[in-house]
Amino acid sequence: MSIRLQNIAKHFANTQALEPINLDIHEGELVGLLGPSGSGKTTLLRIIAGLENADRSPQPGKILFGDRDVTNVHVRDRRIGFVFQHYALFRHMSVYDNVAFGLTVMPKKRRPSNGEIRARVFRLLEMVQLQHLANRLPAQLSGGQQQRVSLARALAVEPDVLLLDEPFGALDAKVRQDLRRWLRRLHDELNFTSVFVTHDQEEALELSDRVVVMSNGRIEQIDTPDTLYRAPKNRFVFEFLGDVNHLEGRVRDGVLTCGDAHLNVDLPDGDEELLLRPHEVRLAEEPSAESHLPVTITAISPVGAEVRVELEADWLAKPWLATVRHADFERLHMRRGQRLFAHPRQWHRFKEDAKTPEQQARVA
Amino acid sequence: MRRIGDAPLVRRLLIGAALLLSALFLLLPLVAIFAQAFSQGVMVFWENVSNAFTLHAIGLTLVIALMTIPICLVFGVALAWLVTRFSFPGRRILQTLIDIPFAVSPVVAGLIYLLLYGRNGWIGGWLDSHDIQLMFAWPGILMVTIFVTCPFVARELIPLMQAQGSREEEAAVTLGASGWTTFWRVTLPNIRWALLYGIILTNARAVGEFGAVSVVSGAIRGQTNTLPLHLEQLYQDYNAVGAFASAALLALIALLTLAAKAGLEWRASRREAYT
Repeated sequence: MSIRLQNIAKHFANTQALEPINLDIHEGELVGLLGPSGSGKTTLLRIIAGLENADRSPQPGKILFGDRDVTNVHVRDRRIGFVFQHYALFRHMSVYDNVAFGLTVMPKKRRPSNGEIRARVFRLLEMVQLQHLANRLPAQLSGGQQQRVSLARALAVEPDVLLLDEPFGALDAKVRQDLRRWLRRLHDELNFTSVFVTHDQEEALELSDRVVVMSNGRIEQIDTPDTLYRAPKNRFVFEFLGDVNHLEGRVRDGVLTCGDAHLNVDLPDGDEELLLRPHEVRLAEEPSAESHLPVTITAISPVGAEVRVELEADWLAKPWLATVRHADFERLHMRRGQRLFAHPRQWHRFKEDAKTPEQQARVA
Repeated sequence: MRRIGDAPLVRRLLIGAALLLSALFLLLPLVAIFAQAFSQGVMVFWENVSNAFTLHAIGLTLVIALMTIPICLVFGVALAWLVTRFSFPGRRILQTLIDIPFAVSPVVAGLIYLLLYGRNGWIGGWLDSHDIQLMFAWPGILMVTIFVTCPFVARELIPLMQAQGSREEEAAVTLGASGWTTFWRVTLPNIRWALLYGIILTNARAVGEFGAVSVVSGAIRGQTNTLPLHLEQLYQDYNAVGAFASAALLALIALLTLAAKAGLEWRASRREAYT
């Protein structure tokens, strides 16, 4: 079922948690709401769920599930599944009773028979691979298991949409990875419409069909993970989606200068700030005709597919981070304290004053 | 390495002092009550207890306690729910107001009720013209008992409900549960031990209350005398055995209450160890 938000805004006392927002989520889509804390993403999710009311003035917003206007429909009648960050399992009920809860509280007319409830609960427990723990209490389960129970519980009532509030936030890294893939598979199998909240860019980019990037109660950009990463609309999105190196300086006659460092750029004269991703920094022993950016290696972390190298220089306000292939790392015999030259492969620039933020990327 | 204060001599001294003080101030008086009550034999004790006035005082005391508990229960749960699940202007002030009955001397509370609801009081005058008598009758005793006991249940529930948060209730509602179902199946099971504990404290105080009740009851034997008031009258009449027989009954109720409380705490600690 598709979700359509029109003009949804929210105030808490005198602070604006959400500026008027419009958002369309297609049927069967898995959408991530991504943003730093305080960006309004959880508030937005709770408004979709009906746990929070959107502002009615100055003008009332609208929430549609498919063709159904649910703006004034109570949470319990919205037919949503909600998964809480800290699971919120009923602590005095067994795993079985937790999952069965939504079915047992249905009005008599719609409530399935006891046998059917039992069959359905066990089918769900099997799906989350927990049928052997049906009689345990929540406190006797690990965090990952509890989160799977809470997912089964939400799915038991066959909701129109599934809403997840930082579903993996409280779990350790390895379990989080596994659960993420598992949720993606489940989503593809059952094909429900889901919205989840996260502050973890990697999680949002890996899991979502589309990502909604939010900050300060505003939507900054809505796009597929790929477009988002390659073509961020503004500086906030660019900086939030990964590590960023800054190069500030003054351009004169096509050369940007910063202390004893300089770089050829085809920009008009004036103050400039260029942004580079760690993988856009190449390291070499010599400067080139294009650039002269002397740096010193201060830290090396050889873990993973690439080596992460931290760079410092007196012309840099903040250290740079570069990712280097293991082959290059060995070829240059990199070690701490070594002096090298950085060569930007590409850089980005956002004009703050322009109405439509402009990104420039060029290959150096 | 030894922990601070763990020297054998220090330990023995502290434990010894604690035991001695407990014996002197807690155990000995308790023993004395029962010793005095039975000092002239079981038969005399029994005569005093089965005295019509004593029986009436016991009955009145228990009826007042039984009426107080459900009222305080509903009041306490509603108040705790309000304070922990909603935010509204004046919430903090309300939380402070809950403690007034603890802060005010019970005698003062009794006097205020007398002033308001007595025949010459502000509200009492109007009530009197409609032939309703609250003071110097059982409704007055009930009113002041509720006043002094109403914070117990709320005081027990508020910290617990604050710590538990409202997430489970929200989860229940997203699953389609009505407010009533949510309360019975989610909220109540989570607070049941604290609730029972609050009831036990309420009961103990309701049975033993003297100050406030003595002001508003009029202490008419066989009519508005509760057990603590009756005890005091017997003592003033130099009927030591009678007074101590009543005291023994009150002490017995207190002991039973304590046993119930200890039993609940034991169960709660076992539950924690289990989960």
